[in-house]
Amino acid sequence: MRKVYHEITQIAGNIITVEATDVGYGELADVTSDNGTSLAQVIRLEGDRVTLQVFSGTRGIPTNAEVRFLGERLRTSCSEALLGRVFTGSGIPRDKGPVLDDNMIEIGGPAVNPAKRIIPRNMIRTGIPMIDVFNSLVESQKLPIFSVAGEPYNEVLARIALNAEVDIIILGGMGLKYDDYLYFRDTLEAEGALSRSILYVHTASDPVVECLLVPDTCLAVAEKFALDGKRVLVLLTDMTNFADALKEVAITMEQIPSNRGYPGDLYSQLASRYEKAVDFDGAGSVTVLAVTTMPGDDVTHPIPDNTGYITEGQFYLRNGRIEPFGSLSRLKQQVNADTREDHRTIMNTMIQLYAAYKEALEKQSMGFRMSAWDLKLIKYGTIFEDRMMNLAVNIPLERALDLGWEILAECFAPEETGVPTRLIEQFWPTTVATADGSGGDGGDSEERAA
Amino acid sequence: MSTKTGRIVGVNGNMVTAEFDLAVHQNEVAYVVVEDLRLIAEVIRVRGRYADLQVFEDTAGLKVGGRVEFADEMLSVELGPGLLTQVYDGLQNPLPAIAEQCGFFLPKGLQLVALPRETEWDFTPKAAKGDVVRAGDTLGTVPEGIFDHWIMVPFGMQGSYRVTKIAPAGVYRVEDEIAVLEDDRGLHSITMMQKWPVKRPIRAYVERLRPTEQLVTKMRILDTLVPVAKGGTYCIPGPFGAGKTVLQQLTSRHADADVVIIAACGERAGEVVETLREFPVLIDPRTGRSLMERTVIICNTSSMPVAAREASVYTAVTIAEYYRQMGLNVLLLADSTSRWAQALREMSGRLEEIPGEEAFPAYLESVIAAFYERAGIVVLNNGTVGSVTIGGTVSPAGGDFEEPVTQSTLKVVGAFHGLSRARSDARRYPAIDPLDSWSKYPSIVPGDQLDRAKRILRDGHEVQEMMKVVEEAGTSMDDFLIYLKAEYLDAVYLQQDAYDEVDGSTSAERQKHVFNIMNTILDSELEFAEKDAARRFFQSLTQVTRDWNRVSMETEEFRLMEGRIHDMLAEVTKNA
Repeated sequence: MRKVYHEITQIAGNIITVEATDVGYGELADVTSDNGTSLAQVIRLEGDRVTLQVFSGTRGIPTNAEVRFLGERLRTSCSEALLGRVFTGSGIPRDKGPVLDDNMIEIGGPAVNPAKRIIPRNMIRTGIPMIDVFNSLVESQKLPIFSVAGEPYNEVLARIALNAEVDIIILGGMGLKYDDYLYFRDTLEAEGALSRSILYVHTASDPVVECLLVPDTCLAVAEKFALDGKRVLVLLTDMTNFADALKEVAITMEQIPSNRGYPGDLYSQLASRYEKAVDFDGAGSVTVLAVTTMPGDDVTHPIPDNTGYITEGQFYLRNGRIEPFGSLSRLKQQVNADTREDHRTIMNTMIQLYAAYKEALEKQSMGFRMSAWDLKLIKYGTIFEDRMMNLAVNIPLERALDLGWEILAECFAPEETGVPTRLIEQFWPTTVATADGSGGDGGDSEERAA
Repeated sequence: MSTKTGRIVGVNGNMVTAEFDLAVHQNEVAYVVVEDLRLIAEVIRVRGRYADLQVFEDTAGLKVGGRVEFADEMLSVELGPGLLTQVYDGLQNPLPAIAEQCGFFLPKGLQLVALPRETEWDFTPKAAKGDVVRAGDTLGTVPEGIFDHWIMVPFGMQGSYRVTKIAPAGVYRVEDEIAVLEDDRGLHSITMMQKWPVKRPIRAYVERLRPTEQLVTKMRILDTLVPVAKGGTYCIPGPFGAGKTVLQQLTSRHADADVVIIAACGERAGEVVETLREFPVLIDPRTGRSLMERTVIICNTSSMPVAAREASVYTAVTIAEYYRQMGLNVLLLADSTSRWAQALREMSGRLEEIPGEEAFPAYLESVIAAFYERAGIVVLNNGTVGSVTIGGTVSPAGGDFEEPVTQSTLKVVGAFHGLSRARSDARRYPAIDPLDSWSKYPSIVPGDQLDRAKRILRDGHEVQEMMKVVEEAGTSMDDFLIYLKAEYLDAVYLQQDAYDEVDGSTSAERQKHVFNIMNTILDSELEFAEKDAARRFFQSLTQVTRDWNRVSMETEEFRLMEGRIHDMLAEVTKNA
């Protein structure tokens, strides 16, 4: 029934053109040559000329390769059988398990009706104080980690995945180093989380265009599970590779670039993926946590810039720590009023004091005279970085709040913090020696020096 | 069904090229048929026998040779009673009705009627048989929520007509005939509903006036420093995270407008959901009714089809103009106009037009200007005055205001509310930069007072910059006091706690009263022994004034605290 075409009239980049009729826009085709079969998708129709992007690249494709149109759009299998499995972006097993082709669902389906969304209300606990206390992650949030190459962003993702109280974890790797892929797999396995995880991995050595499939596949599967009432966490790393693949295709298609070579629809392309994060009225949820490595550590680069306009905040991971400045969870106020009554106060007070510490540090580096207050701030800042910002710290929110009080009490007198009296009476630790004079200070610096 | 048809010859993203036989016109609506669905599209370019269509829905599955039907009308919206409280997509499909019919997702090819057909309205005739009327004249009224909704002679009807029949008072539905008009071409049946092409401004008024009366938003920095006028335009550019959307949400709640149209254009769905879920339970202090009763939401969020973004701002402004025709003050909030400009850019790229700066089309500027020019305050046929005020956010790439969308917008608006990253990082909300922002509209406070305050803000900023170099010790006491006064004005007047019930919205009357006192303080010659004493004084004055901000103006406590501020000031004022 399906017609087969043998004459490719143009090959450029990962794009091929054939002359064919009765082909639907967005339809899939198999391109078969001596090197094997690759999936391709129609991305332009012009009279009889059909242009396709070939997911595994065009290297070695002859002009007489066999192009067979499949008459269907991108689909993937979705069932409980996926749990614990590892696939490529196009759904081919990477592990030794069987090929799955039951319960096929459409990829890149329609948008959710805003009238069927609800206001997010559940916090996702991560065990990382810089997130739980200062920028709480909320179920159905879409949040990127802005970072640069070399930072431990994949470790942070894995940590959050393991701590998060969700039903299903879906990992989408784009241009992932093979080592990192193994790291994710082994970590999830070691912690016993692999059985509730599904991995779609495109590694750095795979054809570039194939990575375009990863987010769509992950999110389509996540959406399906969410409709069945599951709470799903989707981890995407690294969205910069995804955007670069979009750029490559756009340039090959001779589209006019808008900014640094990226296509004009970069915002819409990213948004249609991130907006899959949702809390359904009467069903489950999809939470999206993504890594965006910033080229040149530049937040105004088109990828992080467009991402920031789409997502509900961002975490800055720099020097192995989640920065309190710049990091933002736009949804935190939906949840942090109901955790513990001192949560918002600790959050605001500690950050204000940390900001004052940064100013004191600047004064110090410029050789200005340090006041007693400046010295207290410097002590505070050092302890804060050491015990709160340190990514090795893995404690529940309540313990982190207690730790906050302990640090404050170690460095300041209650009235210096600006905390309302009511909370001071209730939470200010009495066991720690209050820092009312040099005694406490001296003792501590010795401790740190030791 | 239309007889004008065509065939698909090319598909590129959401652009379809069709070959046609009979005449088509620019901006005509067309339907692209795929399987059993009809996808709505608009003609955006004609070349020879080929028309380029932008399709407002996902084009997957379209095939060369597929059928195209031309509708012989421009993209239009339905106008009539029942628009208020609605939530529409960019093409005026009611989203709650879609949800009822189709569940969680937005299906392709579904077009629902915008106005509920079965709702019955209590019609009272205002015109009589034999009256001579023209477009925009009132034939009768129906109560819609808090207003009398005027049923008007359709705006597209040219010349004058004689009323030959008018329905008696009673209950009617939108499609029922309520009048018959006659001219030399014959009889015209009139219902309570009319259609209007979204890209054409409604001009059924006598004259346009210059916007001079303030639109009070109850945000002090706006009303006092960078005011907005009824019938005026303003823009809010700012980097991500600076608080554009929050500012729009606050304005939509507190602004002194009769009707608020919210156009959520290409932004986060979550933000619309907040409005959707909260407005019905929030009470409008002006009317005592739910805020939703004065609101229409046009919602085309970032994951919804891109081309419909462009339609959404026009749909919104057309509905705004319609309510203006009833002598109401309408506020249109568009968030964000950059997403609309990006939709233009995507389409321009597909049309392979020669690009302008950052690949935006060369006509970007004129398109933006034409949109903002649809704002205005007008005198209607019956002498009443109505207005449309437009406030648009701009999301500049990289937070850089030099980019084309911000620059094109600045040329045509009457006020610029620039949000600053530095202010939002310092948690100074609203994060509008008081030095860079400007407005051409009159403030609610006296001009001389405003000039003085602005001068102090500017001078204070200069002193602050200087202190970074020479330290506090190197600054003179006079300069230091200017700096402290500027910081004080910023902290207690320009900044406002949106989450506090009282401080969150400050009436015009209170703003005038408080600003007068601010001026007394800025004017006072103060005397301190040393800078630390001066700082301590302003710290405690700030504390007291902020507490005062949280006290309702009607209370005794308000007067007592005001007295205390005067007492504190008197203690440190130089004796003449």
